[in-house]
Amino acid sequence: MAEASSITTPAELDAAYDLAIVGAGPAGMAAAKEAAGHGLSVLVLDENAGPGGQIYRAITRSPAPGLAALGADYWKGAPLAADFLAAPVHYAAGTTVWSLAIAAEGSGHEIGVSIAGAARMVAAREVILATGALERPFPVPGWTLPGVMTAGGAQTMLKASGLVPDGRVVLAGSGPLLYLLAAQFVAAGANISALLDTTPSANWGRALPHLPAFLASPYLRKGLALLWKTRRSLRVMRGVSAISAEGDGKLASVRFSKGGAAETLPCDLLLLHQGVVPNINLSNAAGCAQDWDETQLCFTPRLDAWFESSVPGVAIAGDGAGIAGAESAALRGTLAAIGAAFRLGHLDAVERDSRAAPVRAELARMGRGRAFLDHFYQPAKPLRIPPQDDTIVCRCEEVTAGMIRAAVAHGVTGPNQMKSFLRCGMGPCQGRQCGLTVTEMIAEARGLPPTEIGALRLRPPVKPITLSELASLPKTEAATRAVVR
Amino acid sequence: MFRRLPEARGEPLNFTLDGKPFSARSGDSVAAALLAAGIETCRATPVSGAPRGPYCMMGVCFECLVTIDGVGNRQGCLIPLSEGMRIETQQGARAIAQEVA
Repeated sequence: MAEASSITTPAELDAAYDLAIVGAGPAGMAAAKEAAGHGLSVLVLDENAGPGGQIYRAITRSPAPGLAALGADYWKGAPLAADFLAAPVHYAAGTTVWSLAIAAEGSGHEIGVSIAGAARMVAAREVILATGALERPFPVPGWTLPGVMTAGGAQTMLKASGLVPDGRVVLAGSGPLLYLLAAQFVAAGANISALLDTTPSANWGRALPHLPAFLASPYLRKGLALLWKTRRSLRVMRGVSAISAEGDGKLASVRFSKGGAAETLPCDLLLLHQGVVPNINLSNAAGCAQDWDETQLCFTPRLDAWFESSVPGVAIAGDGAGIAGAESAALRGTLAAIGAAFRLGHLDAVERDSRAAPVRAELARMGRGRAFLDHFYQPAKPLRIPPQDDTIVCRCEEVTAGMIRAAVAHGVTGPNQMKSFLRCGMGPCQGRQCGLTVTEMIAEARGLPPTEIGALRLRPPVKPITLSELASLPKTEAATRAVVR
Repeated sequence: MFRRLPEARGEPLNFTLDGKPFSARSGDSVAAALLAAGIETCRATPVSGAPRGPYCMMGVCFECLVTIDGVGNRQGCLIPLSEGMRIETQQGARAIAQEVA
């Protein structure tokens, strides 16, 4: 059987590929397998050490193979990763993608990558971005203190290193994933002091019309089993409305309101989570159009039926195209690859449509019940738009909510102008931790919908690279002569 | 903050943080190795000097920036730990004089 070739240095890259896929999570892995099956030359670029993305992180090199605490849904990633590693593709792990642009010469795209400390430009006729999701910002007082982490971050430690939260642990926030993580930590032996559920009770009303579809969906059984397990095994406090992390130089306690009364719990580790949102940095920087999603409260790229974006030849699959979960991500990756194979002439329209039909049917089935979850778990407004002026919004540049509101009062109209005034979104994370908050804050202060405010305009490099990496780009003799005296 | 599952596999790996010896396991990222060793603060911000530690563990927050084998601003959560790594915390903004020296 053929198998994926590992790329560990820039010299091993071909100059050009039919298809480049960014991300080796479920969408990227499924897309690679499908595209290779249609005879495309495929390059998969991923910044992690192994395949799986976040959801199936460390699936091929688990420190505790078969660990029951992670649940059967995690181990479903193993055959997907095995199929991917058996496909005849080039796979560059531990690789940073820092730019994506239409090629200066000829057709197709040019991708800036950095492998093992050296940069290269790679050409690809088609591109699929499978950059997945990240946890929604949780801007509350003290969220920058050491000892405060995302719940997903702690799950990464469990999957990749077999490390379990220890000491007095508090989980806080909302969303189905929060309960899954709580159940995994408890099953792995963690001592969770409390789970502070911040789901607003008013969400019931909004979610109710979507209940019938949810009741008929695969989510229901999983959800009920989880709720039963977590409620039985740990202290769940509902109706929590405000959260702050407190401590001098490091976390010492978490303070919150419940039923109008303030409470404080001492804790060593506070794990925050209020849902996930698409990671759109690369698609935004590549110029792909995006729209505000009123239900998921985030920007999602504008896509056609084959997940092709507004930039021809650039498709976006998986949670980076809108949150739908791991199994849907793999299906969307498959469909995006079928679309790319068609555009490259490897399939005709009839073959494309018949190949896609069963995948689309399965995707529709997986999507049932999602609307209920999206409405029910919409995070509370005061946890998205910090009411206290001294809460940090931009972690990198330490820009507070009060500074942003003051800038809007001075006439700043959008996030890009905000950058010029306050530098928020200009630190190393490039707005990943503040972009949504800034858009929603400006929208609220100006009394306009977020769609009219827009997102930060991101530019390459979308991840920092060193000057020596840039200098390692191959240069023509003429280019060198032009600057040498 | 974190403890290792008794059934977790992995070879022991030695590293130093600001010159002091520590050990963690193969398969750990640099950021996971620090947290496993009980180190929750890895830098002081260039803006105010506030202490920060690993936050997202997936390469999007840039809080776990450390100097690894002399190269600054590396994302500790994306870099696998290897034997003998010299890891240094980053304290505030870098001074130009240090770069020249």
